[in-house]
Amino acid sequence: MKNYEAVIGLEIHVELKTTSKIFCSSSAHFGAEPNANICPVCLGLPGVLPVLNRRVVEYGIRAALALNCEVARFSKFDRKNYYYPDLPKNYQISQYDLPLAQHGYLEIDTGNGRKRIGITRVHLEEDAGKLVHQGTVTTTPYSLVDYNRTGVPLLEIVSEPDIRSPEEARAYAEKLRSIIQFTGISDCKMEEGSLRVDANVSVRPAGSQEFGVKTEIKNVNSFRALQRALAYEIERQIAVMEEGGRIVQETRTWDEAKGVTLPLRSKEEAHDYRYFPEPDLPPLVLTREWVEEIYRSLPELPDARRERYINDYALPAYDAGVLTVTREIGDYFEACVRLYPYPKTVSNWVMGELARLLNATNTEITASPVRPGQLATLLKLIDDGIISGKIAKTVFEEMFHTGKDPEEVVQEQGLVQITDEAALKAVIQKVIAANPKVVADYKQGKDKALGFLVGQVMKETKGKANPQLVNRLLKESIANSDN
Amino acid sequence: MDLCFLPAYELGRLLRERKISAVELTGAIFSRLDAVEDKVKAYLLVLREEALEQARVVDAALAAGEELPPLAGIPLAVKDNICIRGVETTCASRILKGFIPPYDATVIERLREQRVVFTGKTNMDEFAMGSSTENSGFYPSANPWDLARVPGGSSGGSAAAVAAGEAVLALGSDTGGSIRQPAAFCGVVGLKPTYGLVSRYGLVAFASSLDQIGPIARNVRDCALLLGALAGHDRRDSTSVPQEVPDYTGFLVPEIKGFRIGVPREYTGEGIAPEVRAVFERVVDVLTGLGAVVAETSLPHTRYALPAYYLIAPAEASSNLARYDGVRYGLRVPAEDVVTMYKKTRSRGFGAEVKRRVMLGTYALSAGYYEAYYLKALKVRTLIRRDFDAAFEKFDLLLSPTAPTPAFRIGEKVADPLAMYLSDICTLAVNLAGVPAISVPGGFAGHLPVGVQFIGPPFAEGRLLRAAYALEQETGFTAKRPAL
Repeated sequence: MKNYEAVIGLEIHVELKTTSKIFCSSSAHFGAEPNANICPVCLGLPGVLPVLNRRVVEYGIRAALALNCEVARFSKFDRKNYYYPDLPKNYQISQYDLPLAQHGYLEIDTGNGRKRIGITRVHLEEDAGKLVHQGTVTTTPYSLVDYNRTGVPLLEIVSEPDIRSPEEARAYAEKLRSIIQFTGISDCKMEEGSLRVDANVSVRPAGSQEFGVKTEIKNVNSFRALQRALAYEIERQIAVMEEGGRIVQETRTWDEAKGVTLPLRSKEEAHDYRYFPEPDLPPLVLTREWVEEIYRSLPELPDARRERYINDYALPAYDAGVLTVTREIGDYFEACVRLYPYPKTVSNWVMGELARLLNATNTEITASPVRPGQLATLLKLIDDGIISGKIAKTVFEEMFHTGKDPEEVVQEQGLVQITDEAALKAVIQKVIAANPKVVADYKQGKDKALGFLVGQVMKETKGKANPQLVNRLLKESIANSDN
Repeated sequence: MDLCFLPAYELGRLLRERKISAVELTGAIFSRLDAVEDKVKAYLLVLREEALEQARVVDAALAAGEELPPLAGIPLAVKDNICIRGVETTCASRILKGFIPPYDATVIERLREQRVVFTGKTNMDEFAMGSSTENSGFYPSANPWDLARVPGGSSGGSAAAVAAGEAVLALGSDTGGSIRQPAAFCGVVGLKPTYGLVSRYGLVAFASSLDQIGPIARNVRDCALLLGALAGHDRRDSTSVPQEVPDYTGFLVPEIKGFRIGVPREYTGEGIAPEVRAVFERVVDVLTGLGAVVAETSLPHTRYALPAYYLIAPAEASSNLARYDGVRYGLRVPAEDVVTMYKKTRSRGFGAEVKRRVMLGTYALSAGYYEAYYLKALKVRTLIRRDFDAAFEKFDLLLSPTAPTPAFRIGEKVADPLAMYLSDICTLAVNLAGVPAISVPGGFAGHLPVGVQFIGPPFAEGRLLRAAYALEQETGFTAKRPAL
C-alpha cells in the first residue's frame, strides 16, 4: 500500500452569548420554551428589517483578534438563499466575499512540537431555527418549528487546509474552543450546539502538492467524534483509491452509533446559494480606534497563560497545558495558589483528585463543591502534619461530596495524624516483634525492607501516623534493638 | 360644501376652527366611496368602523381644546403593502390572503401621532410589480378620469382613491415609478423621496435598495404636509438617513426665477407620445415664463436603466419573496412533503408577473450568471448615479414627462410585459440613483391628465416641491376633478 497524506480543513460555528439576537432585540438565550424568544424581525414577517447588534460585532472582533486575524475596516453582509422551514426568510444573512476578518492562525501541540494552523476567515451570520420531528425526518407525519435559535448570532471560523491528521484536527478544534472560551464571547458547548464543527477532508499520495477531491463531514457532535469520523473517512478514501476508484465530491454525515460516514448529498445536489449583497444593511465600517480598544480589552489567552504558568510557577509544560484548557480551570488553580504557594502541589491536586471527581460527577469546575480556599486549607493541613497525604485524599473526597471544610471532616472522622511519639513507639515495637525477618533484611542493608515496615505501621494506625515520624522512629528503634 | 375634494390643509383649518367635525369629514369620504367605489375599485379593504372611531377621538380632542397636528382627522388611504397592526395586509397577492401584521409600519406610527384617519387599504399590482394595477391578485382598479383606462401602478389604488375623492391623501410606494406614474395617470401629485428619507420598516419589500414610501395628494401643499409627517430617521431601518426634516411647506413659494432646469434629451425623444410631448413643451414654456432657465442636457446611460432595473429589482425580489412559502402565514396548499407544499403554494399564490420576476431574479443571481447580469447591473447603476451627479452640477432640477403616454386602456398591455415595462421608462433611473422626484399635473391630453416629473439631487425635496408649487399656481391643473 502506498503512503497517503490527509488534508483537512475545519469550519467551526460558534454561537455568541450576547443578550439579544444579531438583528433584533429578542433574547438570544438557550433553553427557553419553544418560540418564546421570537419577534416579527427574527420571524422574518413581511415588511420587517434587520438592525445589526453592535455587541455582536464587538464579540466577533474580539474572537478574530484572539485568533490573530486582520480585522477588516470595511466588510459587508450578504444573503445566502436557500429554502428550509427553519429559516423564516428562506435566506440567511451572512458575510460572503468581504468577511469581518481574515488571515489568522492558532498553534497546536503535536507529536513533533508546535504547529501553526492558518485561519482563512472569520465572519458573522445569523443562526437558523430548529425542526422537531415526530420520530425521524423521513417518516415524521409533520414537523414542528422552534424559532428561538433563529437570529442567534454565529461566528463562522474557517481554517486553512493545514491540518494533516484526525489528532491535529481535534487539537485544533479544542484549542480554538479554549481561545474563544477565554475571550468570553461564547460558552462553546458542543452538546448545546453553541460550537459546531464541519470537516473537509481529502487524501493524496504523500509528497504530492495537489489536493485530492474532498468530502465534507457533518453531524460531528463531539471532539472525539470529530477524530473518529476523520479517521474513518481517511481510511475510506484510501480504500477507494487503493481499489482504483475515485473519490466523489459530496457531503457526508457521521453516524456515531455505526461509526461510519454516509453520503448525504452530492456536488450536483449542492445548493446554489445565489449570494448577493444584503440591501437592508449598509456595509460594516469599523474605526481603527474601536478595534484597538477591543484589542486592549482582550483577556490573557491560553498560550500566554500557559507560558506564564511555566515561567512564574515553574510548572511542567504538560501541567501548564492542562490548566489552561479553559479559563475556569486556570482561574481555580490561581485562586488556590494565591492561598497556598506551592504551584506544583496545587497542580497535582487540580489535575488529579479534583479533575477525577469533577469528571465522575459531570460537574463544571465553577460549580466544584470544593472551593479553591478549601483545597488550599487542606494542603496546609498536610504541610502542618495534621493529616497525611494519603488521608488527605479521603478528606478531599468527603469535602467534595459534602462541601464541608477540611478541618471539619478531619475532626468528625478523627483523622488527625498521630504525632505522639510514645503512642507510635508502641505500635513500632509491635511491628518489629512481628517481622523479625524483615528487620534482619533491613539490617543487612536492604533499604526496601524499611518501607514495608513503615507500611505496616501505617496499616496499624489506619493511615493516621505521620510517615516521616514513623520512618525516623523505626530506624531509631531498630538501631536501639542492636544494643 | 363638498368636503371630499377640499385640500387637506383647508380641511385641517376647518377642523381646528370646529366648522366641521372629523366624523362628518370621514362620513363624507365614505359616502363618496359608496357612490363611486363600484366603478373605481380603488380599495381592497375599507376600514369604515375603525376610521370613524379614529375620527371620534380627534373630535373629542378638538372639543377638549387640544392643539392637534396639521393632519389630524384627515382621511388617508394606505397602499396594501404597508403594514397596519391588526389589519389584513396582502400586497394584492393571494399568497398573503389572511395575513394580519402584529405591528405598524413606522410611517403608520408617525401618522397615528398626527391623528390621521385611515380609510382603508388600497389596490395595487401584486407585490408592487406592475404599472397598471392589472396585476392585482384580486381585481384591477379603474382610472377615475376614464373608467376604461388603468389608473397606473403599482400604487394605482392610492392614486385613484385620491383622484376620485375617496380619500384626501394616500400613501404609495415607489420602486421604479409606482407613485409617480399613477399620480400622472390620475392627475394628482406624487412624490418619491430620496432613498433613506422615509423609513421602510413595515413596507413589504419588493426591491429593498429601490423601495421608498411616499405621499400622494391632490395638491402640492398637501403633498408637502404629508411628506413632512413621513420623513425622518428610524432606528428600525438601517438604510434610513439620520437627517433633520425641514418644514416642507416652508419651501412653497410660487417663485422659481433663475432656477436652472435641465431637460434630459433621453426622456423627451423616441417613445414619448406626441400628446405627452405637447403637454411637456407647454410646461417648459410656463416655467420659462416664470423665469426659470430651461436647457437641454443628457443622462447618457439612460438606455441602460431599464435592463439594469430589470436585473436588480427582480434579483432582490426573488430573495425578498422567498419567505412566502406556506410555512408560517398566508396561503398554504397542503401536500405530501414540504418541498411539494412550497411549490404548490407558490404556484397558486403568486400571479404571472410575480413569477416572471422571481424567475428572472433567480436566474440573474445564479452561479455562472451573477457577474454577467447582477454585478454588471450594479456597475451600470453606478454609472447612472454619476449621470445624475454630473447633471446636478449644472442644474438645480431636471424635468421630464412622468410617463411616455397618458393612461392606457385596461387590457391594452397585459399580454406584452415589455410594453408595460416601458411605461416606467422615465421614472426607473431615479430609483436606481436614489434621488427624489415629484410628478405633478402638467396638462391634459384630451380628457386624460398628463404628468411632468421634477427630479432633484438627494434631499432636495423642498426644491422639488417649490418648483411643482410654482407650476401648480400658474396652471391650476390640480384643481381639476374627474367627472365620475
